[in-house]
Amino acid sequence: MATKVTMEALSPTMEEGRLVKWTKNEGDQVKSGDVLAEVETDKAVMELVARGDGVLRKRLANEGDASPVGTLLAVIAAPDENIDSIVGSAVPAAAPAASSAPAAAAPSARPAPSPTQAQSPPSTPPPQQAAATPSVAPPRPAAPRPPAPPAAPRGNGSAQAAAPSAPGGRQRSSPLARRLANERGIQLGAVQGTGPGGRIVKRDVENAKAAGGGAARSAAADRLATEGDFKDVPLTQIRKTIARRLAESNGPVPTFFLTAEYDATRGAELRTQLLEMGEQYKVSFNDIVIKAVALSLAEHPEVNAHWLGDKIRHFNRIHVAMAVAVEDGLITPVLFDADRMTLWEISEKARELAKKARERRLMPEEYTGATFTVSNLGMFGIDQFTAIINPPEAGILAIGGVEEKPVVIEGQLVVRERMRVTMSCDHRAVDGATGAKFLQTVKRYIENPLSLII
Amino acid sequence: MAVLTYRDALTQALREELQRDDRVFLMGEEVAQYNGAYKVSKGLLDEFGPMRIVDTPITELGFAGVGVGAAMVGLRPIVEFMTWNFALLALDEVVNAAAKMLYMSGGQFKMPMVFRGPNGAALQLSAQHSQAWESWLAHIPGLKVCTPGTPADAKGLLKSAIRDDNPVVFLEGEMLYNTKGEVPDGDHIVPLGVAEVKRQGDHCSVITHGKMVLVAMRVADDLAKEGINIDVVDLRTVRPIDVEAISRSVQKTNRAVVLEEGWEICGMGSQVVDFIQRECFDDLDAPVLRVHQEDVPMPYAKNLERAAKPDAGKTIAAIKKVMYLD
Repeated sequence: MATKVTMEALSPTMEEGRLVKWTKNEGDQVKSGDVLAEVETDKAVMELVARGDGVLRKRLANEGDASPVGTLLAVIAAPDENIDSIVGSAVPAAAPAASSAPAAAAPSARPAPSPTQAQSPPSTPPPQQAAATPSVAPPRPAAPRPPAPPAAPRGNGSAQAAAPSAPGGRQRSSPLARRLANERGIQLGAVQGTGPGGRIVKRDVENAKAAGGGAARSAAADRLATEGDFKDVPLTQIRKTIARRLAESNGPVPTFFLTAEYDATRGAELRTQLLEMGEQYKVSFNDIVIKAVALSLAEHPEVNAHWLGDKIRHFNRIHVAMAVAVEDGLITPVLFDADRMTLWEISEKARELAKKARERRLMPEEYTGATFTVSNLGMFGIDQFTAIINPPEAGILAIGGVEEKPVVIEGQLVVRERMRVTMSCDHRAVDGATGAKFLQTVKRYIENPLSLII
Repeated sequence: MAVLTYRDALTQALREELQRDDRVFLMGEEVAQYNGAYKVSKGLLDEFGPMRIVDTPITELGFAGVGVGAAMVGLRPIVEFMTWNFALLALDEVVNAAAKMLYMSGGQFKMPMVFRGPNGAALQLSAQHSQAWESWLAHIPGLKVCTPGTPADAKGLLKSAIRDDNPVVFLEGEMLYNTKGEVPDGDHIVPLGVAEVKRQGDHCSVITHGKMVLVAMRVADDLAKEGINIDVVDLRTVRPIDVEAISRSVQKTNRAVVLEEGWEICGMGSQVVDFIQRECFDDLDAPVLRVHQEDVPMPYAKNLERAAKPDAGKTIAAIKKVMYLD
C-alpha cells in the first residue's frame, strides 16, 4: 500500500515548511523512520522521516519550495504499484464533495473515467482498504466492483499540476477526525488522510498511534504539566478586574517596566579570578545573571509564572529561556531547572544552545517550556532596554551592558562597574511591588556573587 | 396485530374517528358514492350517511374553503384531495386561511381539520401529476405535515391528525396504498413530531420520510448482505420535525444520507442537512449527501422517469460515498 509523504507539523507553531534538501532520490528503497528530507520550519531545520516502507516513487516538491502543512510532498509505494490517483490527488480539489450533490448521488451522472483511471490495474487496492478497521469499515463487498474512481475525482494525474506550492494545500480533515485527534492528543499533521483529496477521516485517526507526531509538542507540554511542579492560583475578583482593565488600557499584555541598577564590580572580580584559575572556570556575565535570576525565581514563584487567562500558574520548577539572536530573528532556548545547575553547567549549556540556535538545529523541546526569559543586549553596547514579554510568561528581564560609572558610596565618589536591568511585567499576573521585590533579590545575588557558586 | 394494506389502515382510522367523534366528517371529490378515487373511503357512506361523507363538485378551492368554515364553527372536517397536484388550486385556503386562522383571529378560531390525499409520483403520470409537495407545505408556520410510509404509521398519524386542533396536511402515496404491514389493533396513535428508527445500524444514517421509507428499508436489506448496517430514521412528520432523533442517529453513525422524493433545491433534505450541520458538526466524518428527484419536471417516458426518481441504487451509492467506500 502506498504511503503519502506530507509536510508535517514539525514544530508546535509550524504552518508551513521549506524543503531544504531531499536526502533520498526517486527510486531509492526506504523504510519507516528513514530520513527523506530536511525541512526548515519556523524555528529550525528538522528531519522529515518516512512513515512507510517501499520505494520513494515520486517527489512532488522541489528543494527550496515552501509548502503548507499537509501538502503532499512525495509518494512511497511498491515498485509496481499504480500511484497515479495519489499523485493526482495532490491537485487541490475545487470544492468539497457535497457541493456536487447531483453527481454524487447519481453514479450515472459521473464524468467518464479519465485515462489514468482506465489504466489502473484492477489489483490496485484502494487506499482505504488496508487502513480499514472493523469498528469503522464493514467488510468490503465480495461482488466485483466497478472501476474505483480515484480518491479525488478532479485530479488529472499530472505530476506537474500536483506541485505542492499549489494553493489549497491545507490539510483536510473531517470535524469528527479533528475532535477525536484532539481528544487523543494526536497531531493531525502526522496522520495520513485516506479520504477524498487526502481528507483525514475517523479511521485514520483511529489507526494513528497516539505517540507518533505528537511527541514534539507533548515533550515540552509534559515538562510543564507534571503534577506537583506548579501551583494554579485561581483568579480573585480584584485580579480579574486588574487583568481586564489593564488589558483594555495597554494591549493584550498590559506591561509595565521596572528598572534597577546593580553594582557588578564584585561579579567582574569574580569572573577575573575564575578565569585566572583556568579556562575551564570561565563564565560570562550572562551566565552569572541567569544563575542569579534562577535562584531569585525560586524565592519568587509569583514571578516564575504563566498567565493562563482564567488563572495564574506559579511554577515550582525554574526553566529560564535566554534570547539568542539568529540570522533572521531570534529564538529562546531554555535552560531547564536552571536553579539546580551550577554556574559552569549553565555556562556550558548556554554556549551549546546558542550554537545550536545559530545553526538552526534546536529541537522544539529545546525552545519551548520556559517559565521566565532573560534577554541580554549588553554585548551590543546597550546599557538599558525593554524587552517584550513572550506570553504566557509573566515577565522578561532585559540585561544591559556592564560599564564603569562614577557612583557615590558612603559619601565617596568612586568608580564602579555598574549594570542596568529592566524587567517587563505582565500586570495581570505580577504587580509592581512583586516585581520590585524580585529585582531586589536578583540584586542581592548579583552583588554577592559568591552566593552563586557556594 | 393484523396485516393490513396502507389503504385499509387509513380507512380504519377514518372509521374509528368518525365513530368516536360526530363532529368529524369527510368531504371531497368522489369520496362518497364512488368510495373514493383510491377507495380509502370505501363503505363509509353506507355506514355514516351523506351528512358525514360528502361528495363535492370539482372545485378544490371551494370545498377546501367550506372545510375551513366548518372548522371555524366547531366541526372537525377531513378534506380529501384526489391528489395533492390538484390541491395547488386550494392552496390559498390551506396556506392563507387554515394556517393563519388561529393566529390572525387572536386565538378565537381553532382549525381542527385535515387536508389529505396522495402526494408524489406514481407511475408515468408525467410532469403535472408526479410532484412531492411536502417541502412547500412544511414551509408554512401554522401547518403540521404528516408523511406516513407504513400502514401502521398511516393509521396512527391520521388519528392524531384528526384529533389535533391545528390544520394538518396529510400526505399519502398512490404507490403506498397497496403496501401491507402489521397494524396494531384498536386505538393506535402515533404522536405528531416523533420520528422512528425503522432499522438500527451503526455505519450510516439514512434519514427519510414517506414513500422513500420503503426504498431505505430495501437499501438496508441489500447493504446488510455486504456487512453495512444503516440506521433508517423515518421522520414520519416533517413539521414538526424530530431534530433529536436525527441528532441521536448521526451522533451514533458519524455520517448521513438524506433521502426524499422531491427535488433538491429547498427540499426537505436541505432542512435536515441544516439541522445536522448545526447539531452534529463535531460528529461528522463526511459531508452529508442527499438523494432526491433529479432537477427536472417528471418525464413521461418510462426509462427517463426511472432515471429521474430517487431509488435504491442512488441511495446505496451515496451511502458508500459518505463511508469512503467508493
